[in-house]
Amino acid sequence: MAEFSVIGQRVPRVDAKEKVTGQAKYAADYSLTDMLWCKLVRSPYPHARIVNIDTSQAKKLPGVKGIITGKDFGGWTWGWMPKTRDEPPLAVDKVCYMAESVAGVAAVDEDTAEEAAELIKVDYEELPGVFDPEEAMKDGAPQVHDYVKNNISVQYHWDFGDVDRAFAESYLVREDRFRTARATHGYLEPPAILAYYDPTGYITVWASKQSPYFHYRHLAACFKVPLSRVRVIQPFIGGGFGGTKNDSLAGDFCAVLLSKITGRPVKYVESMEEELVTSRRRHSFVIYSRMGVSKDGLLKAIQHRVIADGGGYTAIGPLSMYLGGFMTTLPYHLPNFKYDVYRVFTNNPIGAAMRGHGVTHTRFAAEIQMEMLAEELGIDPVEIRMRNAIDQPKPGEIYETINKVTLKTCGLKQAIKEAAQDPLWRDRDKMPKKGGNISWGVGLSGTSYSGGARQMGHQACAAIIRLCEDGTVNLITGATDCGQGSDTVLCMIAAEELGIKLEDVAIKRVDSAYTPVDPGSYGSRVTILAGQATQKAARQVKKQLLEVAAQNWQAKAEDVEIRLSEVYLKSDPSKKMPFSKLARIACYSGTGAVIIGTGYSSYGLEPLDINNGIGNGGTSYSFTAQTARVGVDTETGQITTTDFTIASDCGRLLSPIQAESQIEGAAVQGLGQTLYEDFIMDRGRTINPTFLGYKMPHALDVPSIKLIDIVTDDPDGPFGAKEASEGSIVSAPPAVVSAIHDATGIWFKELPVTPEKVIKALKERT
Amino acid sequence: MRELNLTVNNQSYRLSVPPWRTLLEVIREDLGLTGTKEGCGLGECGACTVLMDGRAVNSCLVLATEADGREITTIEGLAQGDKLHPIQQAFLDHGGLQCGFCTPGMIMSAKALLDKNPTPTEEEIKQGIAGNLCRCTGYTKIIESIKAAAKNMEAK
Repeated sequence: MAEFSVIGQRVPRVDAKEKVTGQAKYAADYSLTDMLWCKLVRSPYPHARIVNIDTSQAKKLPGVKGIITGKDFGGWTWGWMPKTRDEPPLAVDKVCYMAESVAGVAAVDEDTAEEAAELIKVDYEELPGVFDPEEAMKDGAPQVHDYVKNNISVQYHWDFGDVDRAFAESYLVREDRFRTARATHGYLEPPAILAYYDPTGYITVWASKQSPYFHYRHLAACFKVPLSRVRVIQPFIGGGFGGTKNDSLAGDFCAVLLSKITGRPVKYVESMEEELVTSRRRHSFVIYSRMGVSKDGLLKAIQHRVIADGGGYTAIGPLSMYLGGFMTTLPYHLPNFKYDVYRVFTNNPIGAAMRGHGVTHTRFAAEIQMEMLAEELGIDPVEIRMRNAIDQPKPGEIYETINKVTLKTCGLKQAIKEAAQDPLWRDRDKMPKKGGNISWGVGLSGTSYSGGARQMGHQACAAIIRLCEDGTVNLITGATDCGQGSDTVLCMIAAEELGIKLEDVAIKRVDSAYTPVDPGSYGSRVTILAGQATQKAARQVKKQLLEVAAQNWQAKAEDVEIRLSEVYLKSDPSKKMPFSKLARIACYSGTGAVIIGTGYSSYGLEPLDINNGIGNGGTSYSFTAQTARVGVDTETGQITTTDFTIASDCGRLLSPIQAESQIEGAAVQGLGQTLYEDFIMDRGRTINPTFLGYKMPHALDVPSIKLIDIVTDDPDGPFGAKEASEGSIVSAPPAVVSAIHDATGIWFKELPVTPEKVIKALKERT
Repeated sequence: MRELNLTVNNQSYRLSVPPWRTLLEVIREDLGLTGTKEGCGLGECGACTVLMDGRAVNSCLVLATEADGREITTIEGLAQGDKLHPIQQAFLDHGGLQCGFCTPGMIMSAKALLDKNPTPTEEEIKQGIAGNLCRCTGYTKIIESIKAAAKNMEAK
């Protein structure tokens, strides 16, 4: 194993000081002189034709400077793929979900803008709505969009091997229906933007975007300006987790258009209620799962029929549906697999991406069903997983699934072994099973997630390192740290490669006028892909510096070493100088040269067939074994989670504090969607659009978390790294539900497992 | 309009505000102290937590007029020049933050707790920050940070 000087150190985040002192500026913290405030008018109906919009009263209100409606965008629409560009910035003819925006107003202050929005009179003709995706697929159901039949927004039909034959040959086959929650990201920073469309035709925005370059493309396309005139400046981002902050929103387009019309900067800050009612949340999946096993518990086949609530528009839905299937062949050997998925339009809010994208749903179903089969066969939960788990490939070998997903490393068996040896699992029978009204149980899961996501054309990812004459460097990337800690990791990679101290690497956030294009933060891609780009850029800088040193000492470049900010000759360590001196020599050489290194990522470029689910959707795959202990109050149905043990194969933890925090945070987010979080919907209306009603975990809900690190050093990742965090949002729900089963003997197949559901199930059991 | 005398981070201000203006709006917009964040605006997330006469309050739920004559401390008032407050230092050292949006409010709640109870148990720490949501960290490293801060402050 190589010895590292920076990688693997428990260093604070590079942005920690700005954040703990309150100096870090987020989008809503920016203001400009002469700035106007934007507010939106939102539909009170989930499905309605817009008959008329009367802005005359609002226009008369002193302080109102601009009013726009859907027609002002000239028919422009956007979406993830060319054929799915079905969403207008403001609704034009009809609204497809509750609180969809229909008009925007700019005024001198927030109160006036709000008052003006209330004065805009919109006449609607309410249309019959459809709210259950299974109902929406039926003939005769109200149609949300005319360009598809039966409201089917996306469908894939994949068939690997021969599932019918495999089920016929199975010793035991189960069929179950699972349903996942209507969960959302729950970041504390509501989306915000400050926009200025200057008279020369440049657009500048400060916006809370975790994929700022998607926003940059949207603005260029919507306003028909060259990309070189769109400047997205990245503030600090108050959490992302996919979906909403990957995309552009009505408020973004309205702020820019209102700035164009008024010639003044325009600020828009969403309220948390608007956010919770309209966020591009995780799809809720209904999964009809069929699983067959041999007498020994070996998996023969999985067949998933998935119906996902797509809501009013397509957004990133095609990717969600792909992700819900392509990783079902991990992390257990699966010889036969069939996947029929339907993403269905309804008049609910839009379904989109969220951490653990697609996989949390189908892996939850598969894990629980495998345990149900193991129970029927009398096989222990550890044993059934060890029998089916994919082995760690030998160095140089590659494991390939039936849909051509390839693994170079897989630490699952090691993770299961370590989790099973941990006292939480090992001593579970020694712990009390019952105390008063509380029944205790321990559960296990074994799961996988991909890192280094690939998204069709949007692969470009680069880094630039610029050497300063005092020996410090600027690291310039298009990557976005929305809280996950990637800026720290990228600086550590640069420091390690260059042989300098972490504090000598400086990073700032995206400014699309200067930083290289990048897809942003999703699919655990930043550490792997921007990390590789940073590594390559640093190597290019180092190569130039080694040559300067060699020339200075009349030696060979191969003989020069840089470590801990010292430069020396390997053959004669008495020949040495500080890195800062070498930098000065290089920068003042008089040749005119400026030392700049560039690099771009090149992992995972082999063909990928998204429509047919063939190939790698990621660069590498993390593996997680998790145990959980819960107490179920059989009188109230309340569930308390006391302990998590999470054994993660993340390849190698580059920045342990950041990686641990990611794993812990994702596991707690997973706990939330298992026990508490769900939007209660009534005919398209969200009944609980507050944090209190939606119920995210707070400090008192959180178990004691123990982490176990499985190091596999994947060859396709900087310093062996794979993803960290999406793994544990996938592992937490099945581990918790399996623990609830251990406590109560009941298998819950619908998330979240609320006290109400527990009481009902306990009553039905007796 | 209402006349208002406020002390914020040991500095006195005389302001004239509409009666419906919240303390949070005054802090962020009138005084330009944007370290205090607005998350939900309903007192549910704790991102806007500040100290009012030493007590942690959700500044989005306090009308500015209610703060008349009171002493307010925001996140900007903790560090002494370049020297971080021990709680800030502990959050930095122990990774008690990620995106940073909940951090100012979380640190202010931690300060209110430790000022009252310098040696809290883990359960008391959890109670002390139960009104502050964090979606990134899963709270584990925040709790560790507050424990470390208590220890460091006690040692001094």
